[in-house]
Amino acid sequence: MPIEVNGKTFETDEEGYLANLNEWEPDLATVMAKEDDCELTDNHWEVINFLREYYDEYQIAPAVRVLTKAIGKKLGKDKGNSKYLYELFPYGPAKQACKYAGLPKPTGCV
Amino acid sequence: MNEDEMMEEGGTIKKFLYVNRRAPYGSVYALESLEVVLIGAAFEQDVSMAFVDDGVYQLKKGQDTKDVDMKNFSPTYRALEMYDVEKLYVDKASMDARGLTEEDFVVPVEVLSTEQLAELMEDQEVILSF
Amino acid sequence: MLHTVNKSPFEKNSLDTCMRLAKAGSAILLIEDGVYAAIKGTEVEAKMKAAAGDKKLYVLGPDIKARGLDEGQVIDGITVVDYGGFVDLAAENDKVQAWL
Repeated sequence: MPIEVNGKTFETDEEGYLANLNEWEPDLATVMAKEDDCELTDNHWEVINFLREYYDEYQIAPAVRVLTKAIGKKLGKDKGNSKYLYELFPYGPAKQACKYAGLPKPTGCV
Repeated sequence: MNEDEMMEEGGTIKKFLYVNRRAPYGSVYALESLEVVLIGAAFEQDVSMAFVDDGVYQLKKGQDTKDVDMKNFSPTYRALEMYDVEKLYVDKASMDARGLTEEDFVVPVEVLSTEQLAELMEDQEVILSF
Repeated sequence: MLHTVNKSPFEKNSLDTCMRLAKAGSAILLIEDGVYAAIKGTEVEAKMKAAAGDKKLYVLGPDIKARGLDEGQVIDGITVVDYGGFVDLAAENDKVQAWL
């Protein structure tokens, strides 16, 4: 289903992941989050931006275990744990945050 | 499914070897193998990857696919370490035949002689070929 | 006649058979995994140099780049072409045989 943001139309797949990751812009994340009744805070953005950098570097969306570990390394232990990440992204940190970041669904997520 | 649940599979740890023998873009084997390895990593097994024949080309540095309109997945081999896939082996005979050296690869690998590679395969419990 | 070869010389014998059956003066274009045959320092280099004596050898640049190889590593006597050059070769020759 396409998403309308700032007068532009963004194609998504059947699960709502952005079709072309190069089209991504921050407002798109805000709109996607709003549809999930989620208001994006700085803490959310930290993870979203982290995921975009990760994808840029490795060309994959990380599995949740890998994301948790990598966040811990970069942002500290109090953020690198599933409790913290699930509180931010209750639908699953890898799945939900990847979607807002415009990435494909993490490999291995069903 | 909760993303953590995938990891809660109990059971014993087995030695898995993925044998990669195809060049990266001419067929889909290389990419498929990489995806299976990443998915399989959630099950926390003892994983090794061997690169043999044209499989050694998968690791070649400097891949740039924008003119052929395909995804360059070579950076993903550098993420394997974070998935606890740390044992990457290259067959020396295959590497030499293609005029490649260890410095040509995107990740650190261990180069094995024919005898060592044969030994490695003998030592596995499950071997998956791509 | 233009021959195209898209298989790695290390994996399939497509290139060997192409070389055996292509007449002197014909054009051979290496594409996709076939481009590995055009690179210096491999086990097939000598064979390619010999073929360059009586055949016109070409290799597709974008496929070289995709595989992390460099046009500077191409064996002397093999001409690098882009997609436009591929089209020209197909147009210049009366027929194309694709060795798969």
